[in-house]
Amino acid sequence: MARDKAKPGSIPRQKMPEQSPLARVATFSEVALGLAPDIAHLESERCLMCKKPTCIEGCPVSIDIPSFIQRVVNDDLEGAARVLFESNALPAICGRVCPQEDQCESVCVLGKKFEPVAIGRLERFVADYVRENGLDLLPNPGQATGHKVAIIGSGPAGLSAAGELAKLGHAVTIFEALHKPGGVLVYGIPEFRLPKDIVAQEIDNLRKLGVEIETNVVIGRTVLVDELFAEEGFDAVFIGTGAGLPYFLDIPGEDLNGVCSANEFLTRVNLMKAYDFPNVDTPVHVGNNVTVIGGGNTALDAARTALRLKPEKVSLVYRRSREEMPGRAEEIHHAEEEGVDFQMLTNPVRFIDNGEGWLAGMECVRMELGEPDDSGRRRPIPIEGSNFVIHCETAVVAVGNGANQIVASTTPGLDTGRHGNIVADEETGATSRDGVFAGGDIVTGAATVILAMGAGKKAAATVHQYLLTLDGGATENGAAEITSPG
Amino acid sequence: MYKIVEKRTLAPLTTWFLVEAPLVAKRHKPGQFVLVRVCEGGERFPLTIVDSDKETGTIALVSQEVGKSTGLLAKVEEGEFLLDVAGPLGKPTDIHQFGRVVCVAGGIGAAPLFPIARGMKNVGNDVTVILGARNEELMILREELETVCHALRIATDDGSVGFHGFVSQLLDERIQSGESYDHAVAIGPLPMMEAVCKVTGKYNIPTIVSLNPVMVDGTGMCGGCRVKVHGETLFACVDGPEFDGLGVDFASLSHRLKMYHKQEQCSLQRVAKEGA
Ligand SMILES: Cc1cc2nc3c(=O)[nH]c(=O)nc-3n(C[C@H](O)[C@H](O)[C@H](O)COP(=O)(O)OP(=O)(O)OC[C@H]3O[C@@H](n4cnc5c(N)ncnc54)[C@H](O)[C@@H]3O)c2cc1C
Ligand SMILES: Cc1cc2nc3c(=O)[nH]c(=O)nc-3n(C[C@H](O)[C@H](O)[C@H](O)COP(=O)(O)OP(=O)(O)OC[C@H]3O[C@@H](n4cnc5c(N)ncnc54)[C@H](O)[C@@H]3O)c2cc1C
Ligand code: SF4
Ligand code: SF4
Ligand code: FES
Repeated sequence: MARDKAKPGSIPRQKMPEQSPLARVATFSEVALGLAPDIAHLESERCLMCKKPTCIEGCPVSIDIPSFIQRVVNDDLEGAARVLFESNALPAICGRVCPQEDQCESVCVLGKKFEPVAIGRLERFVADYVRENGLDLLPNPGQATGHKVAIIGSGPAGLSAAGELAKLGHAVTIFEALHKPGGVLVYGIPEFRLPKDIVAQEIDNLRKLGVEIETNVVIGRTVLVDELFAEEGFDAVFIGTGAGLPYFLDIPGEDLNGVCSANEFLTRVNLMKAYDFPNVDTPVHVGNNVTVIGGGNTALDAARTALRLKPEKVSLVYRRSREEMPGRAEEIHHAEEEGVDFQMLTNPVRFIDNGEGWLAGMECVRMELGEPDDSGRRRPIPIEGSNFVIHCETAVVAVGNGANQIVASTTPGLDTGRHGNIVADEETGATSRDGVFAGGDIVTGAATVILAMGAGKKAAATVHQYLLTLDGGATENGAAEITSPG
Repeated sequence: MYKIVEKRTLAPLTTWFLVEAPLVAKRHKPGQFVLVRVCEGGERFPLTIVDSDKETGTIALVSQEVGKSTGLLAKVEEGEFLLDVAGPLGKPTDIHQFGRVVCVAGGIGAAPLFPIARGMKNVGNDVTVILGARNEELMILREELETVCHALRIATDDGSVGFHGFVSQLLDERIQSGESYDHAVAIGPLPMMEAVCKVTGKYNIPTIVSLNPVMVDGTGMCGGCRVKVHGETLFACVDGPEFDGLGVDFASLSHRLKMYHKQEQCSLQRVAKEGA
């Protein structure tokens, strides 16, 4: 079917089929069900195949979006997948969790007059097709270069760096502190948004590329960065350890039983599968009333996870208004549909003791928005005398994450910034230490999956160049020889 | 997978394991711990590394059966495997020449204290160990501790061997009768560490204790292990597990350890019912 049969905007943006709110809060299975082939086809026809596809600029890994969509139009899903894989090793994941409304779709030309093309949904559709039909589109590992690269952390930054480097023929080992690889993709983002077997399969693909994954290795404790070079024979190291240090509110009562960080709450439920307690051994604390504090993806995930553990009520307390919430629009909408009670313009001032050291409630104050602050968002100001109490037995604090210091503090000469982040060049991933590169949340602070992947990919290119110089002067020929496969 | 190469019972419900974990053994320093997951579906729980051997790549652990996870561990036999062992975690003990050091162990605390006492002795401290248990049968590692200190003093709650009373009382008595200490390390149940700190605080002896909040990741990612020391909130897995005992808020920690009490009971009841 030729695309120009349809006038621009004549086909409405196709909706993603979803489980009904009532059905989905009863389970952890995925909320969004994926587009049916005919619907995906219809959606692909909406794309204008722009000469200047601004959408590509909106994608941190510069997927050739019109090119993959054209192949969907032509029903060449395998071809579409090849285009995706050229730029993005984890399309099934990005198609699900990218904040498309702020990235590719925000600058889609069609979006100026009509609704933008559902790029993320199409990306997911193609990736799922490949996966479900067991198509093997894996690139071959490059010819062995004899170089060894260590990747610290198996989140999106580490995974994408590992994949790129393996394709170039380097021997790659990922070291992961936890018992399961995936970073936030496994311990943070819940099953109902990102099924864990998808993550597991992407990781399996890396293994097929020859990437080794060593779990239970905490770099800085089990092995030091310097030892990776001196004793383990690695030629370069990429650090992708994420932003995994939870902030607390620092208000009275935060040490009461029943108050925990979102990281703890989500790790217990996702990584340790506490939703299945007592069939598994790790419990999670869920009272009749749960309050989550924060407005980002982490807060939304915690609130929706809590709902599925069947308390009477889940409230979300955020100090600005709904418009300022940093979480993905789709997920805010999902949370509301599922019955999360939104308490906007509200800030907690203290946790209340039930008299026996357990949480009984949270005293809050209402806020109003004043002048914009440094971040450009209007600053919330407490309204005097507006204090009130939300009764709750569980409170989950999701007000952001800082940088974990284990690697930086045990690696002499590795510079860190004001917030403890590792200082690395945005384009190259180079740090203050020769042969040490970094990217993802540990450099930028908490950001997004695709930005972390982009950083891993860029750093991999630099690592590759660096390894060539180790071979004794990078010649263009040498580079061409080594990069030819894949 | 981490093989159990040797296993023996030290006392009722208390088992010593030698586990193959070469990377952990290589870097282990006294005071550090590992996170263990026995099998699929199991909890990640912390155990102190009692000893390590770089040559054979093994670490020694001592576990006391108090609930589901430690119960599961007790059932793993020689030649079988633990699913996950991650470490060495936590900051090593500050071991240097203090002068006269007293190491006070209560019950299972004898295990983590062993490498610390040895380390203290090796750098030239004069080391006294005060070893306590509820009764003689429950006392562990007595001979081993004897070899790593200059003086070993024994106390039991019921007086079945040594001093009749708590280790804290014995410590107080020794100090009153003229022994002086420049530094103390106390490891054992929370009330015991708190009692020891009351005594050492009286005499202004700097005292290190090892705290045992419930942990999940052990890398500083979840904040579940937070403790209050000198009014500051710290994460035991990365900032500790050893802290200045004279600044620890013992009451809030002991309360926090009850957080999952109901669920722990539920797990145990299931084990009892199903024999699983
Ligand atoms: C609950 C939640 C929901 C989110 N939702 C979205 C979303 O919908 N869309 C989106 O784009 N982004 C989302 N994000 C953000 C996104 O997940 C992160 O930006 C991204 O995962 C960062 O990737 P990373 O590779 O830098 O680090 P991480 O994913 O954090 O991975 C770091 C890994 O390194 C390991 N590690 C740490 N220290 C060591 C060490 N010393 N040795 C060995 N290993 C170590 C960690 O265990 C971890 O596995 C969400 C984040 C959270 C927490
Ligand atoms: C740094 C550190 C080092 C440790 N070293 C040792 C050791 O060398 N040998 C040893 O036997 N134990 C040690 N522990 C304690 C051990 O981790 C717990 O006994 C174990 O997690 C209990 O799990 P369970 O499922 O068997 O019992 P549960 O059913 O979970 O708990 C039973 C009882 O133990 C308490 N408890 C639960 N978790 C912990 C915990 N993490 N610490 C203390 N008490 C807990 C509960 O409050 C409850 O009263 C250490 C703990 C920490 C934090
Ligand atoms: S990776 Fe993310 S930003 Fe890029 S095209 Fe896909 S959904 Fe859009
Ligand atoms: S900007 Fe929008 S319409 Fe244009 S090519 Fe990209 S997705 Fe298609
Ligand atoms: S155990 Fe999670 S932060 Fe210490």
